Amino acid sequence: MIEGARWKKWLWFYLPMGLFILGLLFPFYWMLVTTVRPDGEMYRPWNHPLYSPFWTTHPTFDHIKNLLYETLFNRWMWNTMFIAMVATLISLFCGVIAGYALARLRFKWAGFLGTGIFVTYLVPQTLLFIPLADIIREYHIGDTPWALILTYPTFLIPFCTWLMMGYFKAIPKELEECARIDGAARWQAMVYIIFPIAVPGILSAGIFAFTLSWNEFIYALVFLSSPEQKTVPVGVVSELIRGDVFFWGPLMAGALIGSVPVAIVYSFFVEHYVAGMTGSVKG
Amino acid sequence: MLEREGALAFWLLAPTLALLTLFIAYPFVRGVWLSVTNSVVGVPGDFVGMKNFTKIFDDSIFRTAALNTFIYTAVTTVFKLALGLWLALLLNRSFRGKSWVRAFILLPFIIPTVLSTLAWKWMFDPTFSVFNWLFWKLSIINSRINWLGDPELAMSSVMIVNVWRGVPFYAISLLAGLQTINPDLHEAAAIDGANRFQRFWHVTWPLLLPVTMVVVLFSIIQTFADFQLVYVLTGGGPANATHLFATYAYQIGIGTGLLSEGAAISLAMFPALLLVVVFQLWYIRRVENR
Repeated sequence: MIEGARWKKWLWFYLPMGLFILGLLFPFYWMLVTTVRPDGEMYRPWNHPLYSPFWTTHPTFDHIKNLLYETLFNRWMWNTMFIAMVATLISLFCGVIAGYALARLRFKWAGFLGTGIFVTYLVPQTLLFIPLADIIREYHIGDTPWALILTYPTFLIPFCTWLMMGYFKAIPKELEECARIDGAARWQAMVYIIFPIAVPGILSAGIFAFTLSWNEFIYALVFLSSPEQKTVPVGVVSELIRGDVFFWGPLMAGALIGSVPVAIVYSFFVEHYVAGMTGSVKG
Repeated sequence: MLEREGALAFWLLAPTLALLTLFIAYPFVRGVWLSVTNSVVGVPGDFVGMKNFTKIFDDSIFRTAALNTFIYTAVTTVFKLALGLWLALLLNRSFRGKSWVRAFILLPFIIPTVLSTLAWKWMFDPTFSVFNWLFWKLSIINSRINWLGDPELAMSSVMIVNVWRGVPFYAISLLAGLQTINPDLHEAAAIDGANRFQRFWHVTWPLLLPVTMVVVLFSIIQTFADFQLVYVLTGGGPANATHLFATYAYQIGIGTGLLSEGAAISLAMFPALLLVVVFQLWYIRRVENR
């Protein structure tokens, strides 16, 4: 980089960067402050002389206690965890083997199927949720975790397949050919030689799929109805808001704690996550 | 038997194709069928032809929702691209703590949308808004801004949240694109006397275009079909001013149980989505064949 005057660097680099960071992260800080702010302090109008937005003098855990002991929040966390994990595992299994087939095997329709799977990747959930709700009802899996476990793979598999295809294509063919000369069957070469090399790719796809499942909203909103079956996003929105009354303390506590699992997974695997995300758009 | 590639490929693709047929292809056909019948929840209904479509096109709320969706997508995409590109260029420089900044900046994108949107709803609260407090302290306003309650303003507020959530995705994806550009090219251009802007316009931008196109098209599809933000922030209100295709389809199809009409509203998104997908496939093929 060509070094300019110091103030120029401040003006063109530190200032905009600082504003970006502030703008992008402030809502999370606000979530955190609201979570520990006592009600008396929270419900002061914006033009109240004692409105103290950026800190709280009497932090409280009341909202968190309320959330954990008086709502079904724990249940929602487990539901979401279970659904996200199973849907991710199913999608990884399907995506890895399908990705291998599309990247490595020569067969009729390979190009057509590849394009077909890519197109389903672009189908938004909001296009199909009404007929799907009808179908779910018909199969008698409405209001059970299976309604989501079976439908989430529809947007996870195409993405996993696409990502894995890229990974498999980058692994030299010679590795497989060596194994086959040594007498391994085609599927043995695939399972014992290629899949272990593709572990980073599988990890990226898995992490991305997990966060997508945790994030999903409209299917969970439409396919589940009883409070104890709900996932975190739907539970927080539909059960913590009573009519027009918003309990902002527990709501923000729910938003904060509900984000924690995703944040933990993300913090451990930032590089894999970024690889998965950028891989998914680069194709 | 598994030595034959065709047979092996068939078994490897079977689970994927089964799930996608059952939960994408079949619902799509079913949706098209629903949209030409008069089904309501629990009642299969009879064939009524294009009646649902003529009905929704006469519906002024539907027309508002359609217009809203196009404006929402266009405006937010421009802002997300501009800000995302700017942030990507900033992140592409070397500075201390870069990996931390990059990790934290992606948070709006990874935290479940509904949950972070709740925080925005709280910040936009008509009585307790922190923005109102800030603008009041800065002497910009005297009376409150009703962010989500004012029909003129509500759509812009929703757009702000969409841009906030989308910028990190653009920035990190474009950054990945920027990092594949060989710095020697910049150096060569600099030696030839190109200034900063010329180097961006003649070196960076053309090389970044393929990634940019894919990111933009992908994001257009997601934004066009958006549901969560509007559902949480305004529920389509005030006075139906912020409905998008998806939220209106939900209100009619699930809220009031008019399945057929809801399915028709959802399907009204299809032509525009198809156009974007076809364009994307064409573009990818063209880039690959170059």
